[in-house]
Amino acid sequence: MKSELPGVMPLRRAIVPVRWRLRRNGLGLLLGVGFLCLLLAAWELAGAAHLVDVRFASSPSRVLATGADMLRDGEMWRHVLASGKIFVVGYLLAVAAGVPAGIALGWFSTVRLALSPIVAALNAMPRIALMPLFIIWFGLGLGAKVALVFMSAVIPIVINMQMAMRNVDPDLIRVAKAYGANRRQIFRTVALPMSVPFLITALQIATGRALLGVVVAEVFGGSQGLGYLIQYAGATFQTDKVFVCVALIAAFGIAMDRLLTSASRRFDAWRGSA
Amino acid sequence: MASVGETRVKDMEVSARANGGGQPGSPADPPKLSVKRLSVTYEDEATGERIEAIRDVSLDIRAGEFVTIVGLSGCGKSTFLSAVAGLVKPSAGTIRLNGVPVAGPGPDRAVVFQKSLLFPWRTVLRNVTYGLELNGVPLTEAIRRARDVLGMVGLKGFEHIYPSALSGGMQQRVNFARALVCDPELLLLDEPFAALDAITREVMQNELLSIWEQTKKTVLMVTHQIDEAVLLSDRVVVFTARPAQVLEEIRIPLARPRAITAKNSSRFNELMSRIWQLIHQSAVRKEEPEYEI
Repeated sequence: MKSELPGVMPLRRAIVPVRWRLRRNGLGLLLGVGFLCLLLAAWELAGAAHLVDVRFASSPSRVLATGADMLRDGEMWRHVLASGKIFVVGYLLAVAAGVPAGIALGWFSTVRLALSPIVAALNAMPRIALMPLFIIWFGLGLGAKVALVFMSAVIPIVINMQMAMRNVDPDLIRVAKAYGANRRQIFRTVALPMSVPFLITALQIATGRALLGVVVAEVFGGSQGLGYLIQYAGATFQTDKVFVCVALIAAFGIAMDRLLTSASRRFDAWRGSA
Repeated sequence: MASVGETRVKDMEVSARANGGGQPGSPADPPKLSVKRLSVTYEDEATGERIEAIRDVSLDIRAGEFVTIVGLSGCGKSTFLSAVAGLVKPSAGTIRLNGVPVAGPGPDRAVVFQKSLLFPWRTVLRNVTYGLELNGVPLTEAIRRARDVLGMVGLKGFEHIYPSALSGGMQQRVNFARALVCDPELLLLDEPFAALDAITREVMQNELLSIWEQTKKTVLMVTHQIDEAVLLSDRVVVFTARPAQVLEEIRIPLARPRAITAKNSSRFNELMSRIWQLIHQSAVRKEEPEYEI
């Protein structure tokens, strides 16, 4: 497989490792962090030089100071915990329901035919439109918020797992059949292992959607959580506090993404991307 | 399951000895594989056009015989192999293995595809155990047998590597091991070396010769490499252009055991040019559809 196109390979060899070498030496990381620092410095200087009004635009130093204050008086933890609870419950419920539902939808054509209009409708509709109903049904407390997070996260999981089941390599199915595999064995030995990369993508997309759901649900109503704090601080011109919350949510999103990416690296061995 | 497999090997050794040191069974024996008047017509999914791939093909293979089908690409020889494997439904005719009609794939046949088509998430060892696992062989037993076969195909020490780390030739060895470990009654090879470079192909041909000498499997192979067909086979069947029919059967009387050096003999070249002429003839016929035999 490697030596089939001797004329092509050297060209690819010449291009690919340059990128790899950058990454291996941490140059890529350096560029990313460096550019971010440059932007932050520009922001800080713009405030210090009175090019922008720091009361509205805030500045990195003010955000840091406010963050430290919030950490000290316990305000940060109260809101982070409230949001975290909604996120964890909603996200886990979405995974628990979405993965089997998506697999069933992709594997059994009757299930697909029966449910695909509903899935398509839910996917097309902005989930926030359901929030008033959730509040009526589940009350203003945890219930309605978890319901919104669940609905935000479950759809991409269902759709990705359905795609996974419908994209099983037909050649490998042919091999399995040639070795006498029945439908259940094909599912267990071919479809399920092949769906793992799709699962990781699904979890990554669902993370973003669930975070969106958390913030939106808390903006909609309630008295705690990062979404609530963003809304309240914004309404009272506490720009610094808004930025602290935004930074926290972004940091959590990035951390989740990295975690899932490193989980997917475990499968690189068989994907042959090494 | 395991004991059945072992008994089968012993039986084969006995029958091989009875037939005079590894020569294929005598014509009087009941054939291992018996295909009678097989026709396959299928519908092209894209165009809805009905395609007659195989018309009225009969072929018998004796136990321990190595038979190769050659023909133009797209002539239906791979479809024939798929029908024997049970992956394609015949529209007419019968396929019998040891006298039992073939209905779908089964553990008595194993296919080596042109592409190695290994499971990328399984290690080399677990790729080889795949067929045994499906048939309910306990994993420890399956692993023991897989290690033996991996040794035979020269992959000792590669058990715990993932296929993506192997070269094309090594992947194809795993593919062979995956089929051989099932100890099938009939080994089906679908252009097994076509995706390999010329040197690797010759090495693999040589190894297949020695594996065949060791196991004395009954083999049905499909290829468009004429030299490969002559080198490996006891008998070469030339198919016409589509719809495939048997144009001619040619016995390959070269002495066994053979090695790659057999390609240098004048006998070998005579056989090759004879087959080449037949295939060329079928190609000409393809351009004149009204021509009948």
